[in-house]
Amino acid sequence: MSIMTELANRDQVFSFLTPTDSPVDVRHGPILYMEDVNVSFDGFKAINNLNLTIDDGELRCIIGPNGAGKTTMMDIITGKTRPDTGSVWFGSRHNLLQMNEPDIASLGIGRKFQKPTVFEALSVFENLELAMAADKRVFPTLTATMKPEHRERIDAVLETIHLKDLRDHPAGILSHGQKQWLEIGMLLMQRPRLLLVDEPVAGMTEQEMERTAELLTSLTGKQSVVVVEHDMGFVRSIARKVTVLHQGSVLAEGTMDQVSNDPEVIKVYLGEDA
Amino acid sequence: MWLTRPLQERSTQLFLGILFMALLVVSVLHVALPEGHALHVSAYTVTLLGKYLCYALLAVAVDLVWGYLGILSLGHGAFFALGGYAMGMYLMRQIGDRGTYGDPVLPDFMVFLNWQELPWYWYGFDMAWFAFAMVLLVPGALALVFGWLAFRSRVTGVYLSIITQALTFALMLAFFRNEMGFGGNNGLTDFRDILGFNLRTDEVRLGLFIATGIALALGYLVCRAIVTSKLGRVSVACRDAEARTRFLGYRVERVQLFVFVVSAMLAGVAGALYVPQVGIINPSEFSPLFSIEIVVWVALGGRATLYGAVIGAILVNYAKTVFTGVMPDAWLFALGALFVLVTVFLPQGIAGLLKRRRKRNDDTPETSSTAEATA
Repeated sequence: MSIMTELANRDQVFSFLTPTDSPVDVRHGPILYMEDVNVSFDGFKAINNLNLTIDDGELRCIIGPNGAGKTTMMDIITGKTRPDTGSVWFGSRHNLLQMNEPDIASLGIGRKFQKPTVFEALSVFENLELAMAADKRVFPTLTATMKPEHRERIDAVLETIHLKDLRDHPAGILSHGQKQWLEIGMLLMQRPRLLLVDEPVAGMTEQEMERTAELLTSLTGKQSVVVVEHDMGFVRSIARKVTVLHQGSVLAEGTMDQVSNDPEVIKVYLGEDA
Repeated sequence: MWLTRPLQERSTQLFLGILFMALLVVSVLHVALPEGHALHVSAYTVTLLGKYLCYALLAVAVDLVWGYLGILSLGHGAFFALGGYAMGMYLMRQIGDRGTYGDPVLPDFMVFLNWQELPWYWYGFDMAWFAFAMVLLVPGALALVFGWLAFRSRVTGVYLSIITQALTFALMLAFFRNEMGFGGNNGLTDFRDILGFNLRTDEVRLGLFIATGIALALGYLVCRAIVTSKLGRVSVACRDAEARTRFLGYRVERVQLFVFVVSAMLAGVAGALYVPQVGIINPSEFSPLFSIEIVVWVALGGRATLYGAVIGAILVNYAKTVFTGVMPDAWLFALGALFVLVTVFLPQGIAGLLKRRRKRNDDTPETSSTAEATA
């Protein structure tokens, strides 16, 4: 928006007057607020009038068939994809559509990718070190030193994600499930307000899955977590509130029982299976 | 301080130890032994070794961006040549009225072209401090502008390599033109003095060789300090998973820009030390072939080790000196064969070979002890 048109809008605070580094404002409840978001790729509507609110401290599961727009939704929130129309707010003060990926990450939105992405050439410890919340500009990073309290934090997270024994090994040698854990650990190091977790239990054993469920539920209250998952058993084990996406918009929302008895949802899922 | 931290590393101590030892041995053999003695190092050899050290510094600069940041620059010769030209301009102005045409201000080639006055961009190069600052600033500024445009638009990989290649080629064509005021295809030559010392004496040549060795040591230290800092690990992160790094909150394009500019400045210093030793700078240093050759040195020595780049640069250039003396026509074939052999048999270069060897030595007692423990 050009400055001149903005100056004409006398009913709101000019955007250049609002401080950019102000804390996230969640006094009104939601930490994430998406309204009427639309995205199309070459005419294909990936996101279609999506409305979604996530409350502060909530654990939300998002399910939906392939191509329902789950990953695209995460791309929009983290600044990777720009929507054609709509608005996305973090708290009631930060317009995510005007920020780039590093800004959004520093603001407190952490993301785990669908395919586990860790830095394979670096050790497990170093992976967590880079993720740690810190001043991430070039020169502070160049002169950064490891303080004892940093080491303790990293060790605590290593304990949580059960990778203590592999601390100094390169992340490239980890198994698929361990990489998933490491990536979740990196999210924890970032101390985000909102965690976006894309398919956290893919490639995990039953036991690992249980531990992941425990970890994610333990975060609720302090942090908001959005989990995208295909594994219904896992969703049932952690979910309080479930949102079903279909063709880029919200099809149903409610508890797992409500959602799984919803005729629309049954139609979409069974229709796919048939 | 972050800059002195690498001094505590064993590998850095070893590298610097060997480097300073070599400087000392060469100097002593050159000065103390009489000419004609079997172990006497001639002034010619000293200058040749100085040239190798310049190439080594250039290779370290390329390894910093290629090995640790994953940016394959095929145009680092451009930064090297720009540093060289800045030094060459200073040396030209030092000639004064001793040139063939005896003009107190204008270099010979300008008199020859009938130019009446010095172009504005030659001002200031009669002062050493200004010229030496330009050695750093001109390559740095070019890298800053070029890198800012490229990294901001997220141009990486093969495309970036091709653009860097185009950059050095464009500069070569530009510097070939007489109208540019840099001596056209003859370049700048016929130097006499540096900082008041006569360039054509053996003592000054030895001094330049030692200065180059010290520059290499400092350059190595700066690069080592960067790669062992947290920023170095972020560089590796950018190299391996750029998107992930961004989502952690790092501004990937700024990290790339910083490292790229530092590397360009180091290449400029290498070029500036190269020119007084070889006595000429001309546009052939901008040739794409030269930039590709630098990459071959680094690949041969081993990427992402820094010392590997030094080994590679010295070995390949030594081989080049020998080959071009014995069979000048066969050199390019030999270089090509070398590159193919290294890629096939030593994908991690000579440094990889050293590393594997050291690991094997370390592992033997360890594996036997674990075997005992399990038994």
